[in-house]
Order: sequence, then structure tokens, then C-alpha cells
Amino acid sequence: MRHHLILRVITKLLVGMIMLFALYVQFHGDYSPGGGFQAGVIMAVAFILYGLVFSVGQVQQVFPPWLVHKLVALGVLIYAGTGVYSMLTGYAFLDYGALSPDHPEHGQHWGILLVEAGVGITVTAVMVSIHYAFVGRTPMISDEEW
Amino acid sequence: MDQFTLPFIIGHLNYWLFTLLMMTGLYIVVAKGNLVKKIVGLNMFQTSVFMLYISMGKVTGGTAPIFPIDMQIDPDVVYSNPLPHVLILTAIVVGIATTALGLALIVRIREEYHTIEEGLIQKIELEKATREIREFGEVMGGGE
Amino acid sequence: MATEGVQHVALSLTDHLPVLVVLIPFLAAPLVVLIGRNRLAWPLAFIAAIGSFVVSAQLLMQVGDGDVLSYHLGGWAPPLGIEYRVDAANAFVLLIISAIATVLLPYTRASIRAELPERHIALFYALFLLAFSGLLGVAVTGDAFNLFVFLEISSLSTYVLIALGAYKDKRALTTAFNYLVMGTIGATFYVIGIGFLYMATGTLNMADLAERIADAQGNRTIHAGFAFVVVGIGLKVAIYPLHLWLPNAYTYAPSAVSAFLAATATKVAVYVLMRFMFSVFQPGYTYEAAILHLIILPLAILGMFAGSFIAIFQNDFKKMLAYSSIAQIGYMLLGIGLLSETGLTAAIIHLFNHAITKATLFMVVGAYVLRSGGSFYANLEGMGRIMPWTSAAAVVGGLSLIGVPGTAGFISKWILVQAALESGAWWIALLVVASSLLAVIYVWRGVEVVFLKPPQDDVDRREAPLTMIVPIWIMAAACVYFGLATDVTLSAAQAAAEGLFAGPLPLTVEH
Repeated sequence: MRHHLILRVITKLLVGMIMLFALYVQFHGDYSPGGGFQAGVIMAVAFILYGLVFSVGQVQQVFPPWLVHKLVALGVLIYAGTGVYSMLTGYAFLDYGALSPDHPEHGQHWGILLVEAGVGITVTAVMVSIHYAFVGRTPMISDEEW
Repeated sequence: MDQFTLPFIIGHLNYWLFTLLMMTGLYIVVAKGNLVKKIVGLNMFQTSVFMLYISMGKVTGGTAPIFPIDMQIDPDVVYSNPLPHVLILTAIVVGIATTALGLALIVRIREEYHTIEEGLIQKIELEKATREIREFGEVMGGGE
Repeated sequence: MATEGVQHVALSLTDHLPVLVVLIPFLAAPLVVLIGRNRLAWPLAFIAAIGSFVVSAQLLMQVGDGDVLSYHLGGWAPPLGIEYRVDAANAFVLLIISAIATVLLPYTRASIRAELPERHIALFYALFLLAFSGLLGVAVTGDAFNLFVFLEISSLSTYVLIALGAYKDKRALTTAFNYLVMGTIGATFYVIGIGFLYMATGTLNMADLAERIADAQGNRTIHAGFAFVVVGIGLKVAIYPLHLWLPNAYTYAPSAVSAFLAATATKVAVYVLMRFMFSVFQPGYTYEAAILHLIILPLAILGMFAGSFIAIFQNDFKKMLAYSSIAQIGYMLLGIGLLSETGLTAAIIHLFNHAITKATLFMVVGAYVLRSGGSFYANLEGMGRIMPWTSAAAVVGGLSLIGVPGTAGFISKWILVQAALESGAWWIALLVVASSLLAVIYVWRGVEVVFLKPPQDDVDRREAPLTMIVPIWIMAAACVYFGLATDVTLSAAQAAAEGLFAGPLPLTVEH
């Protein structure tokens, strides 16, 4: 199993950069187009690319399916938890003003950051778990049949 | 009928394209027997709606609706309407979920029926139903 | 929006009720996945359902005297922000959904354990909670697009719940797929309709939409929007020619899922239809009146007869109930189509009565399936002797389905007949009675099989477990109770109908 050498080398180079770009889109989402959805998909692409070029088994060692499933739920909880926190402090659900009562505008920043983090985690995990679910089925075409 | 002039037709180009794409998608869903093609048709159908919304949000001469960082808003600048885009972002996510679920169901259907052609699936189901009627349908003459 | 300079007034717990009713099950769903233990999944789901039930009961009490509660999500005031708006109509619907879920959840324990593999149990409850919170969200929201999002949350989880029936019968998969295609087309039609309305009015808030639509009679974009919305929601309601997804979905889904869907999913869709026809579009809207009279009314009557007629010739108890649902939806649409306050009251009260009746009957079938392994009439022969308690509840439910005096089903048909006479259409009243006679035939077929045939040899000769009997009998008792104590439901339904018919209160804009 030593073929696809170029793919392997390029993938190893690219995976890190893709992840870095995902983080950039995630955290720069306040000021430019971007945010959790896009960042989550880009982050998932890194894992999916690794899984495609190497093997599902290898990517699942790094990012095991049970963790993926927990992260799906965790992201939603971070999102909703932000809302619940603002409810507990006497604001409306998801009113980011609650995060910084003295400076509501800063609160908006914090709120967006938290909520987008939740979205990013969930989208990454959902995309990766969809990928796992499909490739985890009995393979119909093996590498030699090409 | 004098309203159907050339400027009218060209001016509503986005609606014509939306209608064309929508009907194409719907036709594929209805007419094609292959389940994967049905999902593709469904995607086209949904995408046409995304295009309807996004073209709706376009304001002539409008720019991206992002305020300058110092919040000094120039009253002369026209912004596009961002709301339809936001709605469609949500609708796209819903569309992805639908597609993923539909494809997952197709994988399972293939495992159980060994085909993804609607005609063959219906044949298998008809056989199954006939067998059931033979087995269970005799009670009170319920078998058709 | 909480801007600087405006002193923030802290909200108390009661202010949060409109969002809490959705939020409790919505939070419980990811928690169930995160914990991932089968044993903790059920208690969590049950606590969440009880929580929603308590909150919605509280909400109904608050809006009983015609008040409207408005909740601004994220502190953004409508019409820009998303508004949750609770009036008598949707508080009633919220109560129905959460009550059904609360009673049904104990029942699911035994039923699901028998019909699903062990590893799916926690995920089943997560999906159930998502579908549940989606339905609640559809009922509570005052924003047309937010409604679509909740509709899809509940629909997507419903498709999976139906597909779970594949462990018993592989046809559940194709059924779920067909439902997915049709449900998505329906939802997309709804979005197109909303798009047209937004194009013409520039708003998505239902109360705001209503105001602007009233000002823009005869706008053709709004007409197109209305038509798209009605067809889209009509698919989810299963209006007669758009019902094709329903019979198989209810037949091949796991029993507990069938009971939940039959009692809640179509009911919520009927509510949305009512909301659009009477709140967003006023009854005085001439275009709508024409559509109601020329399209909805004939289809409702067609559905009443076609559904009942097909139900008579089924050899599967579950499928019979599914076709009977199509007929019962016909009654609700008839009430809407009469375009009067009495008719609307009849539709709302039938929505409630049919929910408890069908919940009883589908739960009974689930208990039969648990013991006999199938829902064909041939499987159910003589079950009346083996499972007397379950079968007695089946009879109560069957009587209520027919509309025998003393059961809940009678009340709604009585008011429906009254509404028909009130609008001078005596022939509609006759048709309602005639289609009820068809119900006698299909219910009697079931009773005959269950009670008058000798039991088969190869069935498990035990009564259903107590966790199933108790929920079944709570529902059956409700069928009788609401048939006798009519003023409870009647006043709630009347308040709801009045609220809907009067149109929404004007939007209170806070600047």
C-alpha cells in the first residue's frame, strides 16, 4: 500500500493549513464573511481529506466516532447554554447583552464568539459523522478495482 | 398582453430562471425512478428557492451590508438587504440535512432491497403485500 | 435591542415561559446524546416532557382571558427580531402536544425496547425530544420563517423515527424516503410562499404580515404566496389528495412513534393552516374565501368519505387507523372551510378530541403488537380475551372515533353539524353523519376480530405491562371525560377560535 505518494505528501502538508484557515474563518467571522457554519465545514474537510487519502481507520484513531457524536451534542449545548445564561441573568433568551451588562456592545462580541464556537463544533462534528456514516458501510469498490 | 414587452421579460430574468429551475427539479423528482436522481432533483428544487430569495435581496447599486469598523455610516451608501441571505443560510443547512438523510436512507434501502430503482422496489413491495394478503387477509374477507 | 442608555429591566421566570416550553425538550435532546446512557435517556425525556407540560398549562391559564404574550428572542423587538407569540389558540395546541408526549413517554419504554435494538434507545429518545420540541416551536413562534425551521426540525427527526421501523419491516425505509421527498417539497413550497409574501410586504412577522396584507388586497404576489403556503402546509396536513405519505408512515413506524405522530404532527400542521387562513390572512380576504369554498371544502368532504371508505377494506389494524386519520382530518378541514366562528371552534375541538382518540387507539395497537407480533387482523384475533384491559380501552377509543354520545368524538361532530346548519348547508351536516356511519363499519370490524374470534395459539398470552396499560387508560379516560365535561374544552376552543377569527392584536412596537 505505498501508492498515491503525491496525494499522501500533499495531504499531510495541507491538513494543517486547512485547519488553520478554518480557525481564521471562525474567529474573523465577526468582521468579515464567515463564522461557525463555514469554519465548521472547512475544519471537517481537513478530517475528511485525511480519511479519504489515508484510511477511515486512521482518521478515526485521531477523531473517534464516539467523540464526534458527543461533540455534535456539545456544540448545541454551548449555543443553547449561552441563551440559558442570559435568561438566568434576567435577559431574554440569547440576549448577548447579558454577557457584559455594562457594555452591551462588548456583550454582543462575546455572545457571537460563544455561539459561533458552538455552531462550529457542531457543524464540524456533524459533517465528520456524516462522512463516517457513509464510508463506514461495506465498501462496494475496492482500491484494486479502479 | 401588452405588458409582456422585452424590458419586462429581461427585467424579470431572475424569476424566469427560478421558475425554470424549480420546474426542472420538480420534474426530476416526479419522473425519475432512480432514488439518487430524485434527491438530485429535490436539491435543484431547493436551490431554485435559494436563488429566488437571494435575488430578492439585491438592491440596485447596493454593496455588502457590513458597517465600517468605526461605525461612521455614510448615508449615501446603499446596502443590499441581508435578511434573505440569512434566511437562506438557514435553509441551506436544512437542505444539507435533508440531502444527507435522504442519501442515508438510500444506502439502507439498497442494503435491504439490493436496488435503488423505484420500479423494482415497488415490485418487491407488491410481492410482499400479496404474500401478506394471502397469509393474513382471509379474516372476514379483508383480502382485496 | 439592549442599547446603551436604556436601563435594562430584568425578566422574571414567568416572562420566559413562551421560550421555556420549547427550550426544555430542546436542551434535553443533546443532553441525552451527551450522556449516552440508555437508562438515563428515558427519565431525562420524561422530565423534559413534564416540564413542557407544566409550562404550557401555565401559558394557557395566562392567555385564557384573551391576553397575548409576546417574547422577543435575543431582546430584538419585532418585526425585525423573532417573536414568540402565545394566544389562546396556540396555547391550546401547546398543551395538547405536551400532554400527549407526557402520557406517551412511559408507554414508550416497553414498546421501544421490544421494537428497537438496544443501542438505538438513547438516540430514539433524543430524536423523540427533537421532534417534540420542533412541533412545540411551530406552535409557539410568531415568525413565518422561524416556523419553517421548526417544521423542518420536527420533520427531519420524524423521518428518522419512521425509518426506525425498519427493524420490523423493511418497508419503513421506502416509506420514510417517500415522506422525506414529499415533506421536503411541502416545506419548500411553504418557503416559496413566504418568499412571495416577504417580497410584497417586506416582513416575516405574522402580526405585521397580517396588517400589511389587509392593506394590499388584490396584490397578485400575495395571492401566489397564499396558494404556495396552503399547498405546502396541505402536504404536511395530509389534505386528501396530498395524503399519500401518511398511511404507510403510520403503518410501518414503530408503534410509539405512530401514536405520537398521529396525535400531534398533523394537528400542528392543521394549526398552522388555521393560523395562516385566519390570522395572517383575514377571513374577509376575498381571494381566500373563494379558495376555501371552492377547494378546501370539497376536498375535506372527499377526504372524509375516501378515507373512511378505504379504511373499511384494510386488513391491518394500524393501516385502518391511518386511513381513518385522513377522514378525521377531513372533518377539521370542513370546520375551517365553513369559514365561521362555530366552524373554527369545531375544527379546534376536533383537533383535540381526535388527538386523544387516535393516541388511545395507536397505543392499543402497540400493546397488541408487543404481544402478538403484528397488527394484521389475523394477529389480533381473540385478543379481547387475552388482554381485556387494553381491548376495553380500544372500544372506548373506537366509540370516540365514531362519535357516540358520551365520548369526546361526539362533541366535535355535534359542533361541526351545528356549524354546518348555521351556515345553511344542511347537506354538509348530513354528509358528516353519513361518514360517521362508515366509521361504525371499520370500528366494528376491529371489534369483531378482537372480541368475537377465538385467540390464536402462538401468541404471548399475557396482558400488556402496566407501563402501557396506565397511559392507554389515561388517554381512554380523557376520551370519556372530555365527552362529559364539555365546557372545559369547549370554552378553550371557543376562546381560541375567537382569538384566531378576530385576527392578531396589532403589533406592539417598542422603540
